Amino acid sequence: MAAIIQTEGLTRRYGAQTAVDGLTLEIQEGEIFGFLGPNGAGKTTTILMLLGLTEPTAGRARVLGVDPTHDPLLIKRQVGYLPENVGFYDDMTGRENLRFMAELNRIPEDRARAKIEEALTIVGLNGEGDKLVGAYSRGMRQRLGIAELLIKDPKLLILDEPTLGLDPDGVNKMLDLISSLNRERGITVMLSSHQLEQVQRICHRVGIMIKGRLVALGTIEELAKRKLGDAAGPNLQEIYMRYFKES
Amino acid sequence: MWTICRKELADHFSSTRFLILFCLILMVALVSTYMAASGLREALEGLSKPSQVFLMIYTTPGKFISLVQFIAFFGPLLGIVMGFDAINRERQHRTLAKLVSQPIFRDAVINGKFLAGVITVSVAMVSLLLLVTGLGFLTVGVVPGPEEIARLVIYLVISVAYVSFWLGLAILFSILFRSLATSALAAVALWVFFSFFIGFASDLVANALAPVNNPRDPDELVANERVANAASLVSPAVLYSQATSTILDPYRRTHRGLIVTGLMERISLERFQSPLPLDQSLAVVWPYLTSLAALTLICFGVGYVVFMRQEIRSV
Ligand SMILES: Nc1ncnc2c1ncn2[C@@H]1O[C@H](COP(=O)(O)OP(=O)(O)O)[C@@H](O)[C@H]1O
Ligand SMILES: [Mg+2]
Repeated sequence: MAAIIQTEGLTRRYGAQTAVDGLTLEIQEGEIFGFLGPNGAGKTTTILMLLGLTEPTAGRARVLGVDPTHDPLLIKRQVGYLPENVGFYDDMTGRENLRFMAELNRIPEDRARAKIEEALTIVGLNGEGDKLVGAYSRGMRQRLGIAELLIKDPKLLILDEPTLGLDPDGVNKMLDLISSLNRERGITVMLSSHQLEQVQRICHRVGIMIKGRLVALGTIEELAKRKLGDAAGPNLQEIYMRYFKES
Repeated sequence: MWTICRKELADHFSSTRFLILFCLILMVALVSTYMAASGLREALEGLSKPSQVFLMIYTTPGKFISLVQFIAFFGPLLGIVMGFDAINRERQHRTLAKLVSQPIFRDAVINGKFLAGVITVSVAMVSLLLLVTGLGFLTVGVVPGPEEIARLVIYLVISVAYVSFWLGLAILFSILFRSLATSALAAVALWVFFSFFIGFASDLVANALAPVNNPRDPDELVANERVANAASLVSPAVLYSQATSTILDPYRRTHRGLIVTGLMERISLERFQSPLPLDQSLAVVWPYLTSLAALTLICFGVGYVVFMRQEIRSV
């Protein structure tokens, strides 16, 4: 297994405040990595640095072997990034939104047409593709966001709070979708969330970030053993509360 | 960039506010041309036709203002309407973060938007001018000569440059201000200032820099007037109106006409003056055009630099 994301002492300061503090992390090809932590922990900032959307103050990162500050376009071509609270052109249909994204990715027209249908089928929006996005529910918008990433055949998906604001049913659908993409297409996934209990069921490994520092890294079982002793089951919520109190 | 430009073009031509504004401008333009043209026809009856009479259709006030004045007035609004929400609308709808995470250069976003705006303005102006020319042609019954056509084309170029300045300014504000209302208001405020209060402001500057202590001293008066003129040139509106009046009115020699001439006087004036040849008109206009282009580039350049450095979060 090769590391698909590697960071070393990655740091970002905003004035006096350190949003991300010396993050060293490796994400392996083929895994679903949960990037967890409360609001303001620095998850989004880390993701922005991985995509070259923000310059690190110190340290370095490699995504698919590329330094994001040097060649962000090469990374953006292969990585699907779903921003927190993703938006769409509400006056266009789902298909039109997808077509625009395909054009921005310079996907040839006939290939794009096939890809769009395939992506809509995968996320289960086949019947809704010609409705205006303005009329979509929150869950549908979130799934359309995933469809937009799939049309470029990404090697890696970076999803920022993909389950935010979804009802329990929507959360489950979203998690099933992510985990099937990982299983059936071998796409590596890094997803961030502050709702640990929601995402723990699909993550192979998690990292817990609090106030800019990575305080824990490993499988949920490993972390449980380390923090809660052998007796306890792997309960991420418990682990998380321990770390939170300590920091 | 072409993808974004194409989408923006489609957005402009299907947006209600652009269509409303364009129809309004078109309607007023046609009405004022018709009035100017029929006035001109009556005035010309029984007279030998002076040279370049066709251009008078554009510069003669009908019942209220001339076509050129009208475009000078409403052109900026067109630019502002197309540009004031270029970037901050995408920010509000949270599509900007997605856009900049696609494999495109970030400047393609604003270049595409600016280009789409300039193309839209050009299309609007060309169709407007063609319609107006056709109407004037039918009403007055004079065929424009090659030099007049050349002057009209130059006028078109200056006008597109002028509206592009306001477009660039509006896009700059849409980058600087997060709220749509703020950027629209800021652009309109600047427009009002440059179009209506610049005379007042330049007089203030002139009085501060070259005060007139003795109102009978011609040197002081001239110096004061010079400073006021120079100061008013910071206004793109002044640059534009001076450039276009030189191009469209070959009989005009000085920039600030001391007396307002009526239509009959202008026609008879031709008997005593010869028109400024096209190349000399161009020479007079050239510095105005370059200043206008420079102002546009400054606006666009500042917006460009700010936008390239901005961190874009979708919250
Ligand atoms: N542009 C900015 N200027 C100053 N501080 C910022 C800026 N962006 C983020 N921060 C701060 O950085 C910290 C991390 O934010 P963020 O990465 O968005 O956290 P998360 O995504 O984990 O909720 C927060 O405390 C936030 O206040
Ligand atoms: Mg966040």
